[in-house]
Amino acid sequence: MSDNVVKLHYDIDAEDFTTAGEASSGVKKTLTRLGVNPEVIKRVSIAMYEAEINAVIHANGGVADVEITPERVTVVISDRGPGIPNVDKAMTPGWSTASNTVRELGFGAGMGLPNMKRYTDEMYVESEVGVGTKVTLIVNIVS
Amino acid sequence: MGDYFHSVVLEEDLCMGCTNCIKKCPTDAIRVQGGKARIMKERCIDCGECVRNCPYKAKVAMTDPLEKMADFRYTIALPAPTLYLQYDISKFGRDKILTALKMIGFDYVYEVARGAEIVTKASNMYLRNHDEPRPMISSACPAIVRLIQVRFPNLLSQIMPVKSPMEVAALNARREFCERNPEASPEDIGVFFISPCAAKMTSVKNPIEVENSGVDGVFSIKSVFFKLLKQMGKIKNAENILQAGFGGVRWATIGGEAKGIESDNILYVDGIQNVIRIFEQLEDDKLKDVDFIEAAACPGGCLGGPLTVENMYVAKTRNFRLKFVLPKMLNEVTETELDKTAFDRYPEHIDVSTLDSDLSVALQKLNKMDELCSMLPALDCGACGAPSCRALSEDIVRGKAKLTDCVFVLKEKVRNLAKEMIELENMLPPTLDNKSSGKAKGDF
Ligand SMILES: Nc1ncnc2c1ncn2[C@@H]1O[C@H](COP(=O)(O)OP(=O)(O)OP(=O)(O)O)[C@@H](O)[C@H]1O
Ligand code: SF4
Ligand SMILES: [Mg+2]
Repeated sequence: MSDNVVKLHYDIDAEDFTTAGEASSGVKKTLTRLGVNPEVIKRVSIAMYEAEINAVIHANGGVADVEITPERVTVVISDRGPGIPNVDKAMTPGWSTASNTVRELGFGAGMGLPNMKRYTDEMYVESEVGVGTKVTLIVNIVS
Repeated sequence: MGDYFHSVVLEEDLCMGCTNCIKKCPTDAIRVQGGKARIMKERCIDCGECVRNCPYKAKVAMTDPLEKMADFRYTIALPAPTLYLQYDISKFGRDKILTALKMIGFDYVYEVARGAEIVTKASNMYLRNHDEPRPMISSACPAIVRLIQVRFPNLLSQIMPVKSPMEVAALNARREFCERNPEASPEDIGVFFISPCAAKMTSVKNPIEVENSGVDGVFSIKSVFFKLLKQMGKIKNAENILQAGFGGVRWATIGGEAKGIESDNILYVDGIQNVIRIFEQLEDDKLKDVDFIEAAACPGGCLGGPLTVENMYVAKTRNFRLKFVLPKMLNEVTETELDKTAFDRYPEHIDVSTLDSDLSVALQKLNKMDELCSMLPALDCGACGAPSCRALSEDIVRGKAKLTDCVFVLKEKVRNLAKEMIELENMLPPTLDNKSSGKAKGDF
């Protein structure tokens, strides 16, 4: 029988704004199927949603790779966008470079990255200006 | 939970096994097996979608027979607001309908619309006293509460913990009747809900927010419609027993509840699929600025319920007309009426989607499901009896179906088998096969 790791892959499309959030929604459905604790599901989906939206808004899209094991959910969102010059600064609540148009859409409060931190057990941001950004989100599964 | 009662059931003899209903079911609760569309009890939320969609009327909503009134010394009718909209309101006003209810044998009539006004007040008080969570979701539609229990466990804490208008009406009706008739003891009184709704029947038998329902029986609007009409023709002077204003009566239609909430930020949504879309947004933590959501499983709200007689749109116009003739409320809601309107207990998660209680096994099953899914044609044709190819692969993983239930897989298997047979047929024993004789020489 197949092994007990589930891997999921999603393309995060920046062209069609209506599809933003589809990847995190899909992960949420899968976790529900697996009987993962609703609280864990909520944390994964909120954190992943924020990362997904960042890839759409700040980096013109990217990809999401998700790995689910009996111990943890690992979400890696990577893009080939402009990169973040100062990650520490970007992590500060309220810090945002979002344009006015983006703000009119209801984003740009500068709370995405801080919320990812808050809802996950481990979080890593690797970013290089002009190359892209990779955000790793890990949530442990407690049963 | 094994013996969970459902109002919605299958009339086996009428079912043609056509698969119309399986695709409409919002919780994937129906499978056609052995030519009959069977309902999986633990998944069914009694929304009535299949009742509405079955071309052969094989899905029915069971309610109690009117004879049940005879089991009680005293009887009280609780008419749902939707009842009023079944009749031409210029000829058959609410006073006549209530009077007719007494003429067909009820000792007392208490409007669920009044119960609704009490619920509005209690809900507004709750919102004022609790800043979060937001939005709160109405608990009035039992199909929606059950939908949350089976599909949206994260939203359970957002259910407004105020009993449904039906339960609140039952409480107050019994109390009022006993006050006016001191000789009556509560057990002698049968309280009957006159219902547009299948899910309400289920919630009376398997109460959600109360330990025991205050309602003793449920009669469908269909079953009393003509009886009342007959009586109304005879009425010269209708009794004045109105208790509710437009604020309660308008609950029959979607938005009627939400409009009574003291907030500029309300949302109302009708039709089970539309509700699911809104709940998916809520789960993603969107719509945080909304204070209150009214959600009804039926299109249009309760006036679109499966046990109604009148066309939903016609009923809706009547509701609209009432707005101009009725005062918003006849009497202010009192402390006594508000007593015990809070939930006695909270609805819990009913897990129907987990593949296995052991996460390791569940992960394996999920991989297996994906593998099976890729072998299916992705046509979602329903011929296997499951609503989609994905649902069939889930059923297989759960051990409830097999891959060859798919006609396409079966056909391919047969084709391969036929091919193999022809190949076998073409093979000759070496003694007869002169094609291979030349080559075989010398190899020995
Ligand atoms: N994938 C990314 N690529 C480039 N820049 C990014 C990326 N993610 C975040 N940033 C930068 O970090 C800042 C802070 O991100 P954060 O998600 O915390 O806030 P926001 O996206 O601006 O607003 P909010 O998430 O509250 O809508 C962004 O304004 C942006 O400058
Ligand atoms: S909308 Fe009304 S009639 Fe329909 S299921 Fe809900 S409560 Fe019942
Ligand atoms: Mg952000």
